[in-house]
Amino acid sequence: MSHLGYLIAGWAFGIGVPGIYAIFVLRRGRKLSAEVPVERQRWISSGEE
Amino acid sequence: MKIKFKEVKEGRFNATSSRSTRFLGFCLALGIPTLILFAFVFSPKDDTMEDAVRLLYIHVPVAIFSYVAFGITAIGSICYLWKQSRWWDTTAHASAEIGVIFSALTLITGSIWGRPTWNTWWEWGDVRLVTTLVMFLMFVGYLALRQVPAQPQIRAKRAAIVGIIGTINIPIVNRSVEWWENSTLHQQSSLTDGNLEDLTLFTWFLGTLILGIAYLWLMIHRFRVGWLASEHEALGYGAAIEERQAEAGIQTAIASEYREEGEIE
Amino acid sequence: MELRDAWSIARKDLRIEFRSRILTNQIAPYTLLIVVLFGFALDADTQTLRDTGPGLFWVAVLLIALLAVQRAVKIEDDDAAKERMLLTPVHPSSVFLGKAIALFVQLFALETLLFFVMLALFDLSVEDPLLICFSAVLATIGIASSGTLYGVITAGVGVRETLLPILLLPVLAPIAIGATRTFGDAFGRVDADGWAWFGLLSVFAVIYTVLGMFAYGQLVEDA
Repeated sequence: MSHLGYLIAGWAFGIGVPGIYAIFVLRRGRKLSAEVPVERQRWISSGEE
Repeated sequence: MKIKFKEVKEGRFNATSSRSTRFLGFCLALGIPTLILFAFVFSPKDDTMEDAVRLLYIHVPVAIFSYVAFGITAIGSICYLWKQSRWWDTTAHASAEIGVIFSALTLITGSIWGRPTWNTWWEWGDVRLVTTLVMFLMFVGYLALRQVPAQPQIRAKRAAIVGIIGTINIPIVNRSVEWWENSTLHQQSSLTDGNLEDLTLFTWFLGTLILGIAYLWLMIHRFRVGWLASEHEALGYGAAIEERQAEAGIQTAIASEYREEGEIE
Repeated sequence: MELRDAWSIARKDLRIEFRSRILTNQIAPYTLLIVVLFGFALDADTQTLRDTGPGLFWVAVLLIALLAVQRAVKIEDDDAAKERMLLTPVHPSSVFLGKAIALFVQLFALETLLFFVMLALFDLSVEDPLLICFSAVLATIGIASSGTLYGVITAGVGVRETLLPILLLPVLAPIAIGATRTFGDAFGRVDADGWAWFGLLSVFAVIYTVLGMFAYGQLVEDA
């Protein structure tokens, strides 16, 4: 396969960057939801927003 | 009155998830390996680009959804100014953040693809490259504005106006870059000329679908985080006011009302 | 909205600037300094300077514009000037126009200075003076109106000095490209259709003036 290095680098960024971002978002959500009373997290109680 | 924080359950990592996000997450867990499989194994290599074409299965969908994301930000900004609703403000913010990530990714993957194909990491004369770069920078500014400590409504209004201006500016930038060099290395949309093999086309659609799901999944989570963040901020204001009043020995209904109204809404 | 009100606001801003002497004693020397720095950076090579002259001119203008916008915001922040202005029965669009006109006059004065200094130092020759004049006016209208608008967006924010450039400069990208091209054409350095670019500059100027007149009222009240 030609250009294998470029391919791996491109896909690594393509999956890695959103992946890291997703982890960051999930962690922030977890931290915040620990500090906000459950009755004010409305889509968690009702299931959807 | 003291604010009681509900204790968080041990190991509740997915605080912003729900049945819908779990379903989308499940689709992604299946879809991403499938996409990689199709992109690297099943799809044929291109006659001119050879295997570099396999980068486009991620580059093009990411680029499409970065524009979609900024479009949603613009819609959210307009609706915010119209309805003053926090829902739209949170949507605009969430979408802008994802849009910045996606447009950065568009630039990075495009650059990596450009090196073997055009023999350059960057081409100043290319309309789409430069437009995407300026758009990226504009929304980085938008996010910076959102970071600034200010009253939530004021910040939301300013951000909405910046979001709308940013979007209005995209076609102007595009036009100016197009005239500037009047050259593009980007091929005309190869989807329309009908010379693509079935598998290439399918992989492309699969990539767009997967990226769409990823955008939706990120959006829902980021929206919820944004909502929690503003609730948290409102709680902070309420708590600070209560503290002051407790210090002064005043116990009024205002504080609790203040908190219930949530300061924003 | 009345133009007469706008003119009064502009006169007020210009008078403050004239009395503070910041324009003449600080920003104008800074302008010259930028030109000198370009000379140093580009290796005293007149040919290079001549080729890049149009671009350098507009980069310098954008840098000066940032300073001028900061000043324009600051004079409203000082001594609760803005609150008093809001108490007067002047429509916000007039305030916007007035402030944009004041900014335009200052920028245009600085551009004129910069232009003649560059003409001398970079040994440029003008082929189309009309194009230079018109495009400079239009580009400056665009810069002044978008600058005034972004000035109020960043007003009252603690980190204004650092926030303004990252918000404003990407928005001004079409001006940077368009005005550089028209100047390049007018100096006879590049083979471009300057008058076509002139159209783009006018569109930019019109859009931002209209946008600013609508949005200013929304923004200024709670800034």
